Amino acid sequence: MEIPRHWRLKKQRYGLVGEVCPHCNHKIFPPRDVCPNCGDEAKEQFAFSGKGEVYSYTTVYEAPAGFDANAPYTVAIVKLEEGPMLTAQLTDMGEQPIQIGMSVEMVTRKMRNDGDERGVIVYGYKFRPVAQNAIAG
Amino acid sequence: MTDVIIAGIGQTPVGEHWELGIRNLATAAIRDALQNSGGLKPQALFVGNMLAPNLSNQAHLGALIAEYTGLTGIEAITLEAAGASGGAALRQGYLAVSSGMVDVALVVGVEKFTDKIGADVEEATATENDSDFESIHGMTIGAQAALLMKRYMHENNVPENGFAGFALNAHANSVANPNAAFRKAIKAEMYAKSEMVSDPLKIFDMAPHLDGAAALVLTRRELIPSDWQGQPVKIAGSAASTDTLALHDRKDMLRFDTAQISASKAMKQAGIELNQINFFEYHDIFNIYAALQLEAVGFAPRGQGWKLAEDGSIGLKGRIPCATLGGMKARGFAGGAAGVYQAVEAVTQLRGQAGANQIAGAQFGLIQSLGGAASTAVSHILQKLG
Ligand SMILES: [Zn+2]
Repeated sequence: MEIPRHWRLKKQRYGLVGEVCPHCNHKIFPPRDVCPNCGDEAKEQFAFSGKGEVYSYTTVYEAPAGFDANAPYTVAIVKLEEGPMLTAQLTDMGEQPIQIGMSVEMVTRKMRNDGDERGVIVYGYKFRPVAQNAIAG
Repeated sequence: MTDVIIAGIGQTPVGEHWELGIRNLATAAIRDALQNSGGLKPQALFVGNMLAPNLSNQAHLGALIAEYTGLTGIEAITLEAAGASGGAALRQGYLAVSSGMVDVALVVGVEKFTDKIGADVEEATATENDSDFESIHGMTIGAQAALLMKRYMHENNVPENGFAGFALNAHANSVANPNAAFRKAIKAEMYAKSEMVSDPLKIFDMAPHLDGAAALVLTRRELIPSDWQGQPVKIAGSAASTDTLALHDRKDMLRFDTAQISASKAMKQAGIELNQINFFEYHDIFNIYAALQLEAVGFAPRGQGWKLAEDGSIGLKGRIPCATLGGMKARGFAGGAAGVYQAVEAVTQLRGQAGANQIAGAQFGLIQSLGGAASTAVSHILQKLG
């Protein structure tokens, strides 16, 4: 399944690499080479810290093909410390109830079902609660 | 500028049409519309479709539908803007006819959802989200709406079941619509007890994805034959606007900017104020969208759109009647046909043919077709000519 596409996105998926605007210092994720804040060119790479908070969240029971083996799962919009928001699954939640505003951090996890037609496993960012990390190490 | 008139309307019932393929649905609606127009001869066909290449393994619908309608030879193309495909096709038809390059245009919206089910439909509809940065995380269109709804309820202290009024209104209004998929009123308890799809989104917070086709015949006023018997309805305003595909890329996701921009442009073109609009066909594929559209267009302040469903303002006798023939919630959501059904229903109102659901004295209707979570919005003001 679409190997070049997943290869092309590896810096974002594994390292949360976005951009910083040299004109207005706006932090950009996902990268787009044009600053959404001031409209000027912005190609300077910037690695985000992976720390943020939950802006909104929900649970998916009826998943698309490729994700159905992992349903139900939680999808959230996370507001990164540096400003931008992104979409990601929440993971390693344990018994903790999720709340808007809770602190989360990036981890790398498997994104889709195992063993699709080409046997490609797609890895990428998910987010877990910060508090739990302190216990689990 | 010359007046562009909707001279004919046609539609199939929305439902599970096992026996009909995408070409049959489109043909049925087109024949209905051409007959309704009194036999006008179209020169161009604009097809609104969202997912046929994916759901039906069929692209190139323009030529295919022209062929099956007996119109081989005419100009025909497909317009795709996710759920706003129907509105986009109407706007292209309008532009073609108002420019003078085309005298009579056919607009058809068509979608065939039920050839696939479950995870395959979720995968198909998720293509309207940002594939690289939303869909890859397992985001569905329902999840996107649920994320908006959760944040909206959080910021505005909306109680559980606060969106029930949208579903109750739609279902009450669908009873009198013979083309609606669900012609049954529902009670508040039914909404409250309905299945949770993606917390806090219940099954009654979303429209069923079904098959259907709707069609329009457009022409300029001066080209209408003198013996034409119909009630002319004019496209008084037409506008479209775009925003980010991904919710997370918006500065303020609880504001549907495209809905605001396109509606105000269309109203400006029509030369009318908000209080002159007699009814509003919003894009209620999700109730949260309806609430955000009411706010964006200006019928409610920020965070208060849901209250218009609570207090009856959107009812047939309310301040701003919405989903007057059942909306997407109860008529059913037929993808690229959705925006064309809105126009067909608005014309029905403006011709005074809405039966038990007739809005008395309706002169101006606003219809608004959304792609994704208002990543595209297409707004039209339709006007009854005296
Ligand atoms: Zn900048």
